[in-house]
Amino acid sequence: MDLKLLDVEPSEAERVVVDLFTGMGRDQLLPALHAVNDRVGWISQGALNHICRVLHVPPAEAYGVASFYSLFSLSERPAKVVHVCVDLACQVNGAKSLCDRLTGELGPAGAKSGWLRSPCLGVCEKAPVALAFEAGEVAAEQLLAPTTAEEVLAVAAAGPSHVDGGRAEVPQAGSPGLRLLERVGVVDPESLDDYRATGGYAALRTALLLGPSGVIREVTDAKLMGRGGAAFPTGRKWDATARQPVRPHYLVCNADESEPGTFKDRLLMEGDPYAVIESMTIAGFAAGCSRGYLYLRGEYPQALHLLRNAIARARERNYLGENIMGHEGFSFDIEIRRGAGAYICGEETAIFNSIEGFRGEPRSKPPFPVESGLFGKPTVVNNVETLVNVPVILTEGCEAYTRIGTSGSAGPKLFCLSGNVSRPGVYEVPFGTTLGELLDLAGGVPPGRELRAVLLGGAAGGFVRPDELDLPLTMEDARAANTTLGSGVVLVLDDTADLGSFLLRIAAFFRDESCGQCVPCRIGTVRQEEAMHRLVGKRPLSTSAEDLQLLREVGQVMRDSSICGLGQTAWNAIESALDRLGCIESFGQEEARS
Amino acid sequence: MTIVEIGLPKRLVELTLDGESVRVPEGATILDACTAKGKSIPTLCYGDTLKPANACRVCMVEVEGARTLVPSCSRKVEPGMVVHTESERTKHSRKLVLELLGSASDLSTTPHVDEWMSACGADPSRFGPPAPPSDDRDDRRAGEHDEPDGQTAATVRQPIKVDNPLYVRDLGKCILCYKCVDACGDQWQNTFAISVAGRGFDSRISTEFSTPLPESACVYCGNCIEVCPTGALSFKREHDKREDGTWDEEAQTQTTTICTFCGVGCNLTLHVQDNEIVKVTSPHESTVTHGNLCIKGRFGWQHVQNR
Repeated sequence: MDLKLLDVEPSEAERVVVDLFTGMGRDQLLPALHAVNDRVGWISQGALNHICRVLHVPPAEAYGVASFYSLFSLSERPAKVVHVCVDLACQVNGAKSLCDRLTGELGPAGAKSGWLRSPCLGVCEKAPVALAFEAGEVAAEQLLAPTTAEEVLAVAAAGPSHVDGGRAEVPQAGSPGLRLLERVGVVDPESLDDYRATGGYAALRTALLLGPSGVIREVTDAKLMGRGGAAFPTGRKWDATARQPVRPHYLVCNADESEPGTFKDRLLMEGDPYAVIESMTIAGFAAGCSRGYLYLRGEYPQALHLLRNAIARARERNYLGENIMGHEGFSFDIEIRRGAGAYICGEETAIFNSIEGFRGEPRSKPPFPVESGLFGKPTVVNNVETLVNVPVILTEGCEAYTRIGTSGSAGPKLFCLSGNVSRPGVYEVPFGTTLGELLDLAGGVPPGRELRAVLLGGAAGGFVRPDELDLPLTMEDARAANTTLGSGVVLVLDDTADLGSFLLRIAAFFRDESCGQCVPCRIGTVRQEEAMHRLVGKRPLSTSAEDLQLLREVGQVMRDSSICGLGQTAWNAIESALDRLGCIESFGQEEARS
Repeated sequence: MTIVEIGLPKRLVELTLDGESVRVPEGATILDACTAKGKSIPTLCYGDTLKPANACRVCMVEVEGARTLVPSCSRKVEPGMVVHTESERTKHSRKLVLELLGSASDLSTTPHVDEWMSACGADPSRFGPPAPPSDDRDDRRAGEHDEPDGQTAATVRQPIKVDNPLYVRDLGKCILCYKCVDACGDQWQNTFAISVAGRGFDSRISTEFSTPLPESACVYCGNCIEVCPTGALSFKREHDKREDGTWDEEAQTQTTTICTFCGVGCNLTLHVQDNEIVKVTSPHESTVTHGNLCIKGRFGWQHVQNR
């Protein structure tokens, strides 16, 4: 293919960072875009042109990819920008008044004013939060959590001072009986020695003794299910991949945690990064993968720093690389890929397109990833939390593991508590703990307030009422109660929460994050948001009953006919607000009475 | 019409289609099975010369046991499959997809869509009056949008792009079916002049930085126009004649001949109106071109009528 490039040259700074990719291919497109963005803060025509020349990518396609991600700007933007989270947990904790102040002082959000509204930054336990970024020879990022208008204004002017070095914290830190969170907030996340001193790499040693099929048998017998939301049996996924004769096989660790209200994977990566690396190594060994990609969402600078360190240390000690731990013939290494602001890239096939340097659009299934995944090869995709269960299984044995939780949902589970709750954070409990017990663990709603609703499972999940707190948190009980645990979001709303604005935010989120590939989701999420504005704002087209009907019909087609889980679940939360909380109907009735 | 390579004999797969038993060759799609049974399923992003894009979701059918509906244009038949093309869920999906499309894009030059809409009772106007055309669609950023008030329905309506003498891009008619991108890219032309840019409802077919076509990689083969299902992409001559009211398909004849420019032997179909060539297409079933041409065959015919 002969490339036709625009007649524009890069600046010297842009050329230097792009030239580092010389000799590489299309799959380095996203890293190259990041390199330019980190250096100058936006992607100019000259820079994109030069990336295309070096990586041999057609400019129209590179433009299509760059414009897919919200963290990249294709028009000039100052080096300093603050991303202010306006998503669910932050909205409940004052993001709106924060944004109003910023609008007053700096002007409306946008490149010129130096601040942007951001979807969930995954730090919901410290809401409201913001992430400051400054491009330069060494790009700087600073998490402001929790933050205030004064702090955002100061950082917007001065720039981020350092990569945030705060320790990962969980409310249960140090409590006995923790398995997944055992080390989080307790050991030094930078130190491989600390990790080994607390049992690290014992599981990999066991895995190497058991052999790949032995590991798969343990994981299958432990009934481990995916923790990213879909709850697919992990052992079956590994086994199906391991059996594929085609080589190579790939492993993708899905750390693109972007479901609003979800921050468990960030805590694991920041608090126990070696566990993620060890777990990926075990998965790679079991499924016959020689290479693993850790796809990390772009808004997690601290996790990036710690994981890079962990991978480097692990390589030094032969926990990654050739003949790992002296096991002849087992070679495995990990490459980190940073996302760039696209919720959809957490979809298990969109993540492949993103890594390969294409737009992060989901693929049509079948074929399934175990057969044809990353680069068209058999691929295992696992969520971070799913993977870190594996060392627990191998260390304690699958029988002991299945004794944790219930018969249908085995093991420990992480839940992300945020919103109007006294002690927000990630909590580890066995499956089967009731929602009420979990809320009690987190101190319930603040004193003097009353519980109004709990959003379970995130924006793609559903609401439950205060009279449903005896719901045991298991896959099977959630299903029976017609709700979902999703990615473990437990977002608490008390009587001060503005449910109308909350629902509008959910609708806006899906409209923003739809990839645009299929009609039901691309246009349906727009019509859903429009109808929600009419209902909440009490300005129906004709009657609110008709708007409700429209909403249901659009919701149904999104669920039935969208390509991927994003569109299929984009109506879940609003539907549950309608049917379980009855709140949208009450908007309608108020309108009818007035 | 799908081109069927005559290879090794294929096993027949038996499935149930709307209660009737059907046997089709292994590897056929549900759409093929429907066609074989004389059932007409609407399609828009499906292209007989392209790989399924699975984007428009007009052709969705119900397969028993599947959680969601499935695209009939790409899903291969399996033994024992039980397919419903006229179930309540299928009809609801078809109606809503057509309504959503009609509410966002101008479908006035999309063949058959009026029949499909009236057959399923689709009414795109029930989402509200269309929002006025916007001229900022090329600059919209992923992940942000202006808050709507719900009083109008957002559309892709926008000014027509005329930046060269051969093509017109009326992207207010675009349904983002990906066919032009696939024809321009690795499926046929390997020119890669256009791609989908942006995200979500703000996705659009674009050159890099929405640069005008003459500065882009476009080679004016016209293969994107050949596959466009809505008339969003059209030949300038056809567009101009439609504008001044002189485009009359009824009065046109079509004659297939062979291009004289080089030795490849591409098939040309000359569309002639009032003894003048007004458009050149290529038969999709031609084993030489599969509907594709180059700029010479597509546009190099003016000399024929210089009298």
